[in-house]
Amino acid sequence: MVGLNMSPINRHARQIEAVVLSNKRVGQYHQIMISVHDLAQHARPGNFVAIAVGGDSSALILRRAFAISRVSHRADYGGTMELIVAPHGAGSRWLCSQMDGASLDVVVPLGTAFGIPTTPVRALLIGGGYGSAPLFGLAEVLKGRGCRVDMILGASTSGKIYAPQEGKRSVTSLNIYTEDGSAGATGKVTDPLREMIADGSVDVIYSCGPMGMLAAISKIAVEANVVHQCAVEESMACGIGVCMTCIIPMRTDSGEVGMMRSCIEGPVMDGEKVQWNLVGKPHA
Amino acid sequence: MHNASTFDFSTKIGHTWFPTPLFTASGCASSGKELAQFFPLSEIGAVVTKSIALKPRLGRPTPRMAETPSGMLNSIGLQGPGIDAFLADDIPWLMTQNARIVVSISGETVDEYSILARRLRSVPGISAVEVNISCPNVENRGLVFACDPVSSRAVIEGVRRTIGGDIPIIAKLSPDVTDITEIAREVVSAGADGLSLINTLLGMVINTQTMRPHLGGKTGGLSGPAIRPVAVRAVYQVHQVLPKIPIIGMGGIRSGRDAFEFILAGASGVSVGTAIFGNPRAIMDVQNELKEILISRGFASLSEAVGYAHREDSTGALQRGADSEESEG
Ligand SMILES: Cc1cc2nc3c(=O)[nH]c(=O)nc-3n(C[C@H](O)[C@H](O)[C@H](O)COP(=O)(O)O)c2cc1C
Ligand code: FES
Repeated sequence: MVGLNMSPINRHARQIEAVVLSNKRVGQYHQIMISVHDLAQHARPGNFVAIAVGGDSSALILRRAFAISRVSHRADYGGTMELIVAPHGAGSRWLCSQMDGASLDVVVPLGTAFGIPTTPVRALLIGGGYGSAPLFGLAEVLKGRGCRVDMILGASTSGKIYAPQEGKRSVTSLNIYTEDGSAGATGKVTDPLREMIADGSVDVIYSCGPMGMLAAISKIAVEANVVHQCAVEESMACGIGVCMTCIIPMRTDSGEVGMMRSCIEGPVMDGEKVQWNLVGKPHA
Repeated sequence: MHNASTFDFSTKIGHTWFPTPLFTASGCASSGKELAQFFPLSEIGAVVTKSIALKPRLGRPTPRMAETPSGMLNSIGLQGPGIDAFLADDIPWLMTQNARIVVSISGETVDEYSILARRLRSVPGISAVEVNISCPNVENRGLVFACDPVSSRAVIEGVRRTIGGDIPIIAKLSPDVTDITEIAREVVSAGADGLSLINTLLGMVINTQTMRPHLGGKTGGLSGPAIRPVAVRAVYQVHQVLPKIPIIGMGGIRSGRDAFEFILAGASGVSVGTAIFGNPRAIMDVQNELKEILISRGFASLSEAVGYAHREDSTGALQRGADSEESEG
């Protein structure tokens, strides 16, 4: 325990007013930059933000969680944070309609972060759809540590691939897969995976995307005995660990199945410990 | 006009005194740890912990929630560590925070509630026990205890007998009944010192993509502002027939104005639940706003305002300067 009044959970999280600095459309997504002042320095790749949506009189009462894509420091605004938002529901559409200068009620930074190796390793980053967002921030950090960073991105169609020019600078190689063949190779991110990680050519896999994709990657990673850290996506009501809606079945240290909160014990989890076959299944 | 220094914001349930009438709603603040990051737990009336069962429970499968207009459905299924781990970890931690603690218990049989009460009897630091009887009774066709006056009475009697006279018992009732005053009378005569009104309403959302119920547990509990008028009504009705029994009102409280509505209806305390999910500091905001409203409307104490909406003569001594606030959402 850190101190009497300080819970160790989400130690740096604060509720702040964040200003929208820019909001650009990129493919089917919006790239939204917000100012978060000194909280930027505490954000690690994998962490997320929870944003109130719809304004004061909104009927949307729950916050929306978004992965932090990248953080940076700008001379004029101090710490900034970039979010990649798919406008697929009422809340995310509202967020995507916010113009420069709008102010947002944001709780940040939340959740676990990707573990960063202390020595240079060969890392493989796999993203599905907008799940690639946090991987570019991660790639920057890994590259800074001298890691080799290969990236595979996949989606159903090209408009759902998020791969900004500036992000590509941090990766050694980038391969894209779409199910309809509209960009890159036709197929899924898991298609080349077995081969890529065979004979110990990859030390660690980092992934983010739909649960089905993470489960498929986990299976292959376990067979090849490669460490796999994945950022899971389960619907969250609170994002701060109090509601128990966001649970993921995991194998605990004692060997039993435990229901872990993906907002606090995640979103980054050890893919090998997640009981993928039990996700969404009734339990005794 | 009274001011903040003389205003009495305290409330009482049984013999227990709380410095403010603000409580977390069970299941919406876990055991307080996560919220301690956003405000000191000692500043609110009490932390009401998530309903705890005898044994560890994994709960229902995901999806466990669906947002609905001005509300949400949840089907958590009372996931929790079980009473032993709870007593070993959560109570001592809350005590280090100087938080007042109301422990919520839930059982599947009448006996289970009594066993839970026995475990709590000698635990120091517990301000009150909230008995969540809005759970299915496995001995009675899975019928929710709180929907049946006989089962409700049996649970409260058992808890009262086991726990003795010192720790106040608060019975938490379900709104999914024909006449909530009937259940309220029953549990009070069985020994409840106070009532928590209301638990969630049973609801369902069907996913139009999959064309199946959206929640893993199919049905879920509806909470949030959508249920507030139902909750205010329940508090009003129960206060009318049991004016001396302290009521903790809850259901969609997001602001001091909302809490004030419950106080006027007859609640002497209020719980904030779902609003915490949207705003981790919600309960502090509600607390500050409620206090301000009570003072600005000329009340010298919280207790003076409790049930004020029931007064017969609307031109009484405490005629407050009316503003347009009443007509707003
Ligand atoms: C996610 C969630 C979990 C809940 N868990 C419990 C519980 O364990 N025990 C209980 O008595 N009530 C539980 N409730 C009900 C709340 O305590 C409260 O009665 C209800 O949500 C209405 O208040 P609100 O609209 O402010 O949330 C839960 C509600 C929610 C939304
Ligand atoms: S979203 Fe509420 S506990 Fe994780």
